[in-house]
Amino acid sequence: MTPLLILICLVLITIVVIQIGKVTELASSIRGEEDTQFETNRWSGILSLVFLVVFLVGCVYSAIYYKNYMLGYGPHASASQHGGSIDFLFDITLFFTGIVFVITHIALFWFAYKYQGRKGRKAEFISHNNKLEVIWTLVPAIVMTLLVISGLDAWNEIMPDVADDEDFIEIEATGVQFNWLLRYPGPDNMLGTRDYKKITGVNPLGQDWTDPKNHDDLQPGEIVLPVGKKVRVRITARDVLHNFYLPHFRVKMDAVPGIPTYFIFTPTKTTEEYRQELSNYAEYQVPSDPDDPNGPQRWETFEYELACAELCGNGHFSMRRVVRIVSEAEYEAWLGQQKSYYLGNIRNGDEDPLKGQVLDLEISQRKTDFTTAVKQALGAPDSVEKVIPLNYVQYETGSSTLTADSQYELDNLGAGTQGECLSAD
Amino acid sequence: MANTRTYDEDVLTEEHGFEDHFHDHHHGDKYQTSFLTHYIFSQDHKIIARQFLITGMFWGLVGALMSVIFRLQVGFPEESLSWIKPLLGKWITVNEEGFGTLAPEFYYALVTMHGTILVFFVLTAGLSGTFSNLLIPFQVGARDMASPLLNMFSYWFFFLAGVIMFYSLFLSTGPFAGGWTAYPPLSILPQASSGSGAGMTLWTLSLVLFVVSVLLGGINYVTTILNMRTKGMNMWRMPLTIWAFFITAILGILSFPVLAAGFFLLMCDRTLGTSFYISEIFVGGQALENVGGSPILYQHLFWFLGHPEVYIIILPAMGLVSEVLAVHSRKPIFGYKAMVFSMLAIGFLSFIVWAHHMFMSGVNPFLSNFFVVFTLIIAVPSAVKVFNWITTLYKGNIRYTAASLFAIGFVSMFISGGLTGIFLGNSTLDIQLHDTYFVVAHFHIVMGVAAFFGMFAGVYHWFPRMFGRFMNETLGKVHFWGTLVGAYAVFWPMHYLGMAGVPRRYYSFDNFDTFAHFDNMNKFITIAAMVVFALQVLFVINFFYSIFKGKVQKTKNPWGATTLEWTAPIDAPHGNWPGKIPAVHRWPYDYGKDGEDFIPQIAPLAEGEKDHGH
Ligand code: HEM
Ligand SMILES: [Cu+2]
Ligand SMILES: [Cu+2]
Repeated sequence: MTPLLILICLVLITIVVIQIGKVTELASSIRGEEDTQFETNRWSGILSLVFLVVFLVGCVYSAIYYKNYMLGYGPHASASQHGGSIDFLFDITLFFTGIVFVITHIALFWFAYKYQGRKGRKAEFISHNNKLEVIWTLVPAIVMTLLVISGLDAWNEIMPDVADDEDFIEIEATGVQFNWLLRYPGPDNMLGTRDYKKITGVNPLGQDWTDPKNHDDLQPGEIVLPVGKKVRVRITARDVLHNFYLPHFRVKMDAVPGIPTYFIFTPTKTTEEYRQELSNYAEYQVPSDPDDPNGPQRWETFEYELACAELCGNGHFSMRRVVRIVSEAEYEAWLGQQKSYYLGNIRNGDEDPLKGQVLDLEISQRKTDFTTAVKQALGAPDSVEKVIPLNYVQYETGSSTLTADSQYELDNLGAGTQGECLSAD
Repeated sequence: MANTRTYDEDVLTEEHGFEDHFHDHHHGDKYQTSFLTHYIFSQDHKIIARQFLITGMFWGLVGALMSVIFRLQVGFPEESLSWIKPLLGKWITVNEEGFGTLAPEFYYALVTMHGTILVFFVLTAGLSGTFSNLLIPFQVGARDMASPLLNMFSYWFFFLAGVIMFYSLFLSTGPFAGGWTAYPPLSILPQASSGSGAGMTLWTLSLVLFVVSVLLGGINYVTTILNMRTKGMNMWRMPLTIWAFFITAILGILSFPVLAAGFFLLMCDRTLGTSFYISEIFVGGQALENVGGSPILYQHLFWFLGHPEVYIIILPAMGLVSEVLAVHSRKPIFGYKAMVFSMLAIGFLSFIVWAHHMFMSGVNPFLSNFFVVFTLIIAVPSAVKVFNWITTLYKGNIRYTAASLFAIGFVSMFISGGLTGIFLGNSTLDIQLHDTYFVVAHFHIVMGVAAFFGMFAGVYHWFPRMFGRFMNETLGKVHFWGTLVGAYAVFWPMHYLGMAGVPRRYYSFDNFDTFAHFDNMNKFITIAAMVVFALQVLFVINFFYSIFKGKVQKTKNPWGATTLEWTAPIDAPHGNWPGKIPAVHRWPYDYGKDGEDFIPQIAPLAEGEKDHGH
């Protein structure tokens, strides 16, 4: 009921203030208007000074109190390569604007105090001063130039797309109401084509399953990336605008239906490293669940987060995904465990246009399997184990002709036995 | 503050004024005879100004109340809101345990309505509409607007826009809830947000009517200023208020039609199945046919208005503040010409910076280079204006009234909010700050609070001109100090939220560990917002009380001002001056010149005296 109580208090105070207002007006008409005005001036001057002091002290105090949320400071340091330049720019901008802020406020409220109307005093007729005006036009102009140059320098470093010869990981994020759908390209390092008209319940991205590049694509529930490796995020949306926002990495870009955008960044700290840094700060050394004082501390449960930063409807505030930054080896291990979305959810189901056909992907998989089998068989001591079953060589039902697909296996046989395996011996 | 010389305005006007034979034909009374034509369908600029003001205040209260309600949800999510259910009905959902929360769709509806109402109805119509109407004819020495009829229409289109917007609050599908910028596809697709159905239809309809209102008003203001200045009132003798209204009106005329065009395409997309703004959309379990459109196109059209719009809001406030500061510090405004040129520069530049709202929207990043440069150039004329206001106080003899206090408060707010613009205008920083509370802090301080301060300064200062009485000064000062401290208490902490990365327009912060640890700050902000709201109620009470019971204005020129509006009778008739129109002989800032407290514009130059307005 706090808000209600506050409300009632406010109503009462308002009534009191109104009464005071009436009384003072009456009093002033008794005292004489001119004297009242000088009295008012005096009070207003004093209050200006008081406000100036309270305000500036408040600014400094709050800035110190919240210093750990300053960009680039303490626990709020960026976790990406380009983030450092943003944080730096923030700090120099804060430096210059801070100076202007303090000087202009001191001047404003000091003058307000000093030049309060007093009996017998006259204002001075000062209409302009060209020299002064030129100076205070030039100084901001110069500072602005400085900020623009450093800003654009960083901007044109951060924003351009990757060059063809660069080494990077590409992932894709698609905003939908109210979730992020993530996609990894799989072993072929290429994201398959999409068509929004192909979107169904089991095919949330509208992937075109006749495109082999789609067959190995992954749709994990979290973003996992290796530290120190450049990442290009391809950003799209399915229904309305969203915004791919990674606060810790200083990454933000709108997701626009029909117009894919991108953002490129390089994570510089693993989740674990970031946690270690946080562990130094008192505000993270508290239980992460206030109801469980013996549970893990806040720094221990820290995760990088992906959020949405463009109003997209009622659930806008809830589009969370976890981002984990890990070592290269952990990343490879994680990738290895991920199952192709196609093979896991679509393959040979109702929506599979390739139902019944053998895919290139499967052929090469079988080839690897076969080669391994051959190698094992050749090295085996026991003659029973030297037998290799040809699982995929089949006859057409009720016929003595081999199925068309059998040929792939037989090809493996030729290649496997004559080529690699024998020479390996 | 003794005058060394006193001026009798009536004598000066009679001796040097300009005879336009206005009162020879009694055309003035034709539309002033009945109550209806005098107070309702009035064509008199003085009445229309009051209509704009009071309607604006109504909307101000509604919009502010909305913000208090949604702040309650953000600040006190763990407190039940079932007690406001009688007011809000189904907008509050109450669960089995009797715990009431503001439903997310209504949270977003309130945020959207709050933004729309304050930006357009209060700070555009209520501010520029009021004071352009009141002061342009008075201060340039005209009997009325160039077209009193269109002027009346301007108000009634605004009124109608308001009625429609108000009606949309009661739709069963809810009012529009996609943010005051109404970005498509969200604003096109009722499947994506129920407010984008009938609510959005009414929202666009209302704003198109509003555009008509602004254009009718704007054309009138420009014409009046260009053609109806009295004898001797050359452009360099116009008070800064008039310059501000003039530039504001031009900005409005040039930019609002673009918004209308943008809305027109939006309506086509919504009703006719065109694809200007939408492409490749799958929503509500269905793939739409539309291909080839671009949501970003809308943003260009919107911000082509949207950025000038923020100056449409702030320029009149700047004009009012300049005038009030000069009058009450008994000094000329410092650097009059620099003030005019900086306003012109700001006005011009405001048309080529719009894409600074779109750095992260998917436009080609190369394009942003230009917008960064132009955006940060705007900071220079803005800085010049600030320095000039401060220097105006220097060696003055400041008379403290609610008006002059609010003018000083305006300068403080404009500094604080303008400086954060320098962060946001640098696209690199905008990567992190865009759509966070940092932006909310920026524009509320620089536009919201500052423009309100300018408006308050204007209302307190020109209240006698409007109603022949004064507002209560004590309540005015409580209003000022409370609002100054309270507004900073509301918006200053938001900078820290923004730095911490907390996004704006979040119904709840609990889903993200990164954003979840600011409960106390959010409570503090909400309480401060309630206090500030109470202070505005105090202002409204003071306003209406003073209309009927305020201290009566006894002298024509209570503030000792030089400008023409104070030469007209207290109860100025239709046509403003009962006899001749005053003629102007000097610039409007002869305060403290040659040892005199002030010399009105209608006083002829003394022998050998040099005028500043040439
Ligand atoms: C020094 C001058 C200024 C600069 C450089 C500046 C810059 C900016 C930038 C870059 C943004 C976009 C931030 C974002 O969305 O990420 C912004 C937002 C905004 N600015 Fe300013 N600004 C300045 C002064 C002003 C003034 C004088 C006003 C109004 C009187 C104003 C009103 C706004 C508003 C309303 C928004 C937010 C619109 C929205 O997204 O809802 N700004 N400003
Ligand atoms: Cu969103
Ligand atoms: Cu802007």
